Amino acid sequence: MIRALVILAAVASGPAAAADRVLAVGGAVTEIVYALGAGDKLVARDTTSSYPEQAQALPDVGYMRALSPEGVLSVAPDLIVAVEGAGPPETLEVLHSADIELVTVPEGYDAEAIARKIAVVGDALDLQPEAAALSAKVRAEVEAASATAQGRAEGQNRRVMFVLSTQGGRILASGTGTAADAVIALAGAQNAFSEFEGYKPLTDEAILKAAPDVILMMDRGGDHSQSDADLLAMPAIAQTPAGLEGEIVRMPGLYLLGFGPRTASAVSDLSDHLYGS
Amino acid sequence: MALLAGDHAPQITDRLAQARRLHLGLWGLFFVCAVFSLSTGATTVSFGTLLHAISGGELEPVERVVLYDIRLPRLVLGALVGASLAVSGAVMQGLFRNPLADPGLVGVSAGAGLGAIIAIVLGAGASWLSFAGIYLVPLAAFAGGWASTVILYQVSTRRGRTSVATMLLAGIALGALAGAASGVLVYMADDAQLRDLTFWGLGSLAGATWAKIAAAGPIILAALLATPFLARGLNGLALGEAAAHHMGIAVQLVKNAAILSVAAATGAAVAVSGTIGFVGIVVPHLLRLATGPDHRMLLPNAALLGASLLVFADVISRVVIAPAELPIGIITAILGAPVFLWILLRRRSVIDL
Repeated sequence: MIRALVILAAVASGPAAAADRVLAVGGAVTEIVYALGAGDKLVARDTTSSYPEQAQALPDVGYMRALSPEGVLSVAPDLIVAVEGAGPPETLEVLHSADIELVTVPEGYDAEAIARKIAVVGDALDLQPEAAALSAKVRAEVEAASATAQGRAEGQNRRVMFVLSTQGGRILASGTGTAADAVIALAGAQNAFSEFEGYKPLTDEAILKAAPDVILMMDRGGDHSQSDADLLAMPAIAQTPAGLEGEIVRMPGLYLLGFGPRTASAVSDLSDHLYGS
Repeated sequence: MALLAGDHAPQITDRLAQARRLHLGLWGLFFVCAVFSLSTGATTVSFGTLLHAISGGELEPVERVVLYDIRLPRLVLGALVGASLAVSGAVMQGLFRNPLADPGLVGVSAGAGLGAIIAIVLGAGASWLSFAGIYLVPLAAFAGGWASTVILYQVSTRRGRTSVATMLLAGIALGALAGAASGVLVYMADDAQLRDLTFWGLGSLAGATWAKIAAAGPIILAALLATPFLARGLNGLALGEAAAHHMGIAVQLVKNAAILSVAAATGAAVAVSGTIGFVGIVVPHLLRLATGPDHRMLLPNAALLGASLLVFADVISRVVIAPAELPIGIITAILGAPVFLWILLRRRSVIDL
């Protein structure tokens, strides 16, 4: 710990040297750090960083929008790489006064945006060549996966309803402008709801009218997700094409919605689920 | 009967003396909590570091930030907020002659909550508000709290006389209205804003900065320093408004001053720390059970115990899941509720409310 403080002081006063103790905030950011082979530099992560498995062994500094200044200082990072929206601003201000470098990674939901995230993380870690290679590879993969998915979807164009939660029998579904909306489009399908932005609770009738062919949900290992039978028994869902056919697709949340290095494979997986492999 | 009355009189003076002794004890408690708060946290900055700093030694840059920019502002803000919530609770219970009264009754919490939600949900899109920067939410909460208190006061005051019963009922109606407006905004919010709203609702001292203390501190201190002058009036009001009037107490003046100081103290406290529940109910009742309902000692003691409780709860909130942090509203309820229930059960006969 003392050693860490000494290193921190040295880095803060010296010229911009490559960071040795990195705090990653945001699931996709953490994945990119590992994909760039810099996972050993990570000293901590936030709650949303659940992949890869090694990341879960790192200390957790809390939810990305409610970071505690002393908690962050206690892991003695010399660089924080955080996704856009991390905070709160008061914490960032204190960290700034402690001379810790903060790099903000812009959020976005397409191949271009993933490439930009990788480039920003690569710059921050001083791994530009690795980042250039990774972002070219990931971008090509996502574009290829999406092109394949579009080809398969030709003429079918299934309607997908992404359900964020079903608490108290109220279905919270995705409209436009979300990560879910973007990944559905990449996989060659159509979001069943384009009338509203963000995640909104829906009435039963709106769901019947939208007539989704498939229900897409996050797979969270039991705590939050209902069993398929319960879901299909909900009156709003039972009479939709998805309900009649029992078409429910569950995928891990960060994998499906993270828009990081694994997105190409998530798009292919989703396309397999939607149109058969 | 005469014998009973004879027994009764010395007991009262006894309790006042007891309360004075408790007052000294509470200063000690607050001092211990303050030292604990400065020497405990997620980083290695410890009691030794604190002694080193007090004796004028040099600190590492990181240690200086932790001590002077993180822990000290949290200690000061926690003490101010805790004191204002506890004193406001005691004043409201005295004014409304109702053991369940809390600062929320003057409409501050509902209004402040609505103000905060408006700022969180709509503030991001309004560029003309950018002058307020990161202080937009606290400013909006303070304005919302004040606006709702003023409306409530206007509604319940007729011909220069404020009816506390009307205020109680109108407060419920106004709270429902603010809740409905908040509901509409919650519906409009995106999921990131919803997370911010949830965290705001649970309260936190993590955002403590010297700028916030400079803005909220003077308001809270002024309100707290005004409350001792209300003690005699509140004691009189315990007998009912008419009796208090015949005792020569300026009832309307006491009401105005009480509402004003509670709105100012709670409004500022809620604005800087979010809604922190339970302190305003538990602290005054604990002290009434210990040393009686005389407001002359109850108010200063409530300030000290409220400050100690919140400072202590804040330390727990930042170490229990370090390096992450638990919202402080959860801690105050977990610490306060069982103690309160235990005392209620033990001394059920005493609390004949």
